[in-house]
Amino acid sequence: MATRLQFENSCEVGVFSKLTNAYCLVAIGGSENFYSTFEGELADVIPVVKTSIGGTRIIGRLCAGNKNGLLVPHTTTDQELQHLRNSLPDQVVVQRIEERLSALGNCIACNDHVALTHTDLDRETEEMIADVLGVEVFRQTIAGNILVGSFCAFTNRGGLVHPHTSVEDLDELSTLLQVPLVAGTVNRGSEVIGAGMIVNDWTAFCGLDTTATELSVIESVFKLREAQPSAIVDEMRKSLIDSYV
Amino acid sequence: MAEEAMAEDAGMFMVHQTVGSVLCCKCGIPMAPNAANMCVKCLRSEVDITEGLQKHVTIVHCPECECYLQPPRTWIKAQLESKELLTFCVKRLKNLNKVRLVHAEFIWTEPHSKRIKVKLKVQKEVLNGAILEQSYIVEYVQQEHMCESCSRVQANPDQWVASVQLRQHVSHRRTFFYLEQLILKHSAAASAIKIKQMEQGIDFFFSNRSHGVKFVEFVGKVAPVRSRSDKQLVSHDSKSNNYNYKHTFSVEISPICREDLICLPPKVRSSLGNLGPLVICTKVTNSIALLDPLTLRHCFLDTDQYWRYSFKSLHTSRELVEYIVLDMEIISPEVNVGGSRYALADAQVARVSDFGKNDTIFNIKTHLGHILSPGDYALGYDMYGANSNDDELEKYRSLVIPDAILIKKSYEEKRQKKRGKPRPWKLKSLGMEIDDKNKTDQEKVESEYEQFLKDLEENPEMRFNMSLYKNEEYQPSEMASMTDGEDAPSVPLEELLDDLKLRDSDHDVEDEEDDSSMRE
Repeated sequence: MATRLQFENSCEVGVFSKLTNAYCLVAIGGSENFYSTFEGELADVIPVVKTSIGGTRIIGRLCAGNKNGLLVPHTTTDQELQHLRNSLPDQVVVQRIEERLSALGNCIACNDHVALTHTDLDRETEEMIADVLGVEVFRQTIAGNILVGSFCAFTNRGGLVHPHTSVEDLDELSTLLQVPLVAGTVNRGSEVIGAGMIVNDWTAFCGLDTTATELSVIESVFKLREAQPSAIVDEMRKSLIDSYV
Repeated sequence: MAEEAMAEDAGMFMVHQTVGSVLCCKCGIPMAPNAANMCVKCLRSEVDITEGLQKHVTIVHCPECECYLQPPRTWIKAQLESKELLTFCVKRLKNLNKVRLVHAEFIWTEPHSKRIKVKLKVQKEVLNGAILEQSYIVEYVQQEHMCESCSRVQANPDQWVASVQLRQHVSHRRTFFYLEQLILKHSAAASAIKIKQMEQGIDFFFSNRSHGVKFVEFVGKVAPVRSRSDKQLVSHDSKSNNYNYKHTFSVEISPICREDLICLPPKVRSSLGNLGPLVICTKVTNSIALLDPLTLRHCFLDTDQYWRYSFKSLHTSRELVEYIVLDMEIISPEVNVGGSRYALADAQVARVSDFGKNDTIFNIKTHLGHILSPGDYALGYDMYGANSNDDELEKYRSLVIPDAILIKKSYEEKRQKKRGKPRPWKLKSLGMEIDDKNKTDQEKVESEYEQFLKDLEENPEMRFNMSLYKNEEYQPSEMASMTDGEDAPSVPLEELLDDLKLRDSDHDVEDEEDDSSMRE
């Protein structure tokens, strides 16, 4: 299911929150509404953590992560880092990265297996991404935009990319990611997909402006209708147990 | 795309890019992605770019002169459905600079409905750079309000402030035919409210003194005139120090005309270096060109010089007599005198009226040696038969007066066959009112006008300052084109202007510029 919500009159919910299959980060807002929406939807499955990064609320644009780990920029304070490590499940590795391009959420887009990154990221950062998030890293652009994290959103089941992406680019990207992709919009025609929505394998949150058409595209490409959180988490746990065994 | 083309030129491999399709974010139909990511229909329902643009405008229209008021005070003359009116209508719209005007056209309305409808098509950038085009209709309501000049005319049609009385005290109107053309060419009398043909002249009436002064100045530049002005107090208001006058300018043109024979007064003669004293006037502008036909000396007399002595002609062109040239012997080579060419010659001529009756033959000197040859006809003054009682002539006791003075070649014979046929050109005329008492000698005026037209054909120099128009009714006949040899002079076709209808092409250009500036 996809939910529509707003952060303090802004529809760019992806800026103020981060959602993966193992945890959800939410910015500390003036009102409790934003947080409680996530809480209501996710609380019994994954932890929802209120946090700031580097003292700011734009946490969704500053950090990147998946079920395996979380990368935070060098602006993150020790306190925040400690808070994150305490709040997130033990198997999630939280790592601070010394990278010049500190808006990691804009520069990195990932699911649990593959990451697309900004073309100018350091080699060390690239290695760090591969190690911490456990993914294959590809330096890519989307419809000519180097900020891959802003202009696409994808999970292990599907992905939504910038509406101007050509058919050839779509083919190439979906070959890399091994998931079906579609070009589309959120927030009534906005092309900054990453900022307008957050999504994991069974649920999505979009800005309040998102139209029914956009919502139906999102639900179908991310296969949210048949998705059951318990099933997926169970599967995840099984694999975890498998790996332990 | 340009980058891609460049890279391809450089031999790089480029993946061909196909534009994909996204779903319209509102209605969900597949479409090519655009800036708003919304299909045109949804975009149109979302935003109305004509919002804030005027849809109803009131314009002020003068029912008398079909003018429209361009605030604050200008009145623009425009026909219904004309380009000028469209420009005017579009210019009256406020806020139109916020959108880009693409197209404008009239929608037909009943002329009596006092409504004008204009369909406009505008473009505007909406929602992050998508450009939307929309057409809408503006209704203009005509409010009838007489313009200032019309209301004044309505109150008293004869109201004039300045009148210019142009006079020449001669027995013909040739000068005025010429002046009429000059005035038309320079549209010097465009501001005149009434033009009236008078005995020995024309009266011009103006609604403004400065228009009258300007006109007097114009006449002073093209003819040797002297003028005086008078004013009559019509009304005054001593409290606000307002005085209303009627101004009258009396302008007298010198009676010396082209082709006149003049006997110079002794004082003038000595001041001109003993010219003449019998001289021909060859040209009249604001100075008078005089030529001594016996010596080919010439000189100019400007307006001031002339009016200091103000002499009259001895013979005028109405007294010209036709001669036949019997023999011609050129004395001097062809010389250029004041822009025209002359050659001095000894000639043997006889009056055409004497020809075949008696053997009266005159041996004379003439300045027309270059165009006359034996057998030609020429027009000249018959001094032999003339009984002149001119005071000036009597002052010269020892003067030997030649028997005849030839003035110009005559084309009368050649013209015979052309008589009654229309000319391939025509002249425009000032719309002059004619008083009943002046109407009697209409026939004389017509023959003078015909003479004037012939003069024009013979004198390219005279045509120089005029606008001749193509006569559309004229069809060249077979006969005329078949004749060869020396023909009577006529006006070459390439000199003629197409008759211009009242259309201001300058206005159109301006409009287009306006449009383009609006687009930018």
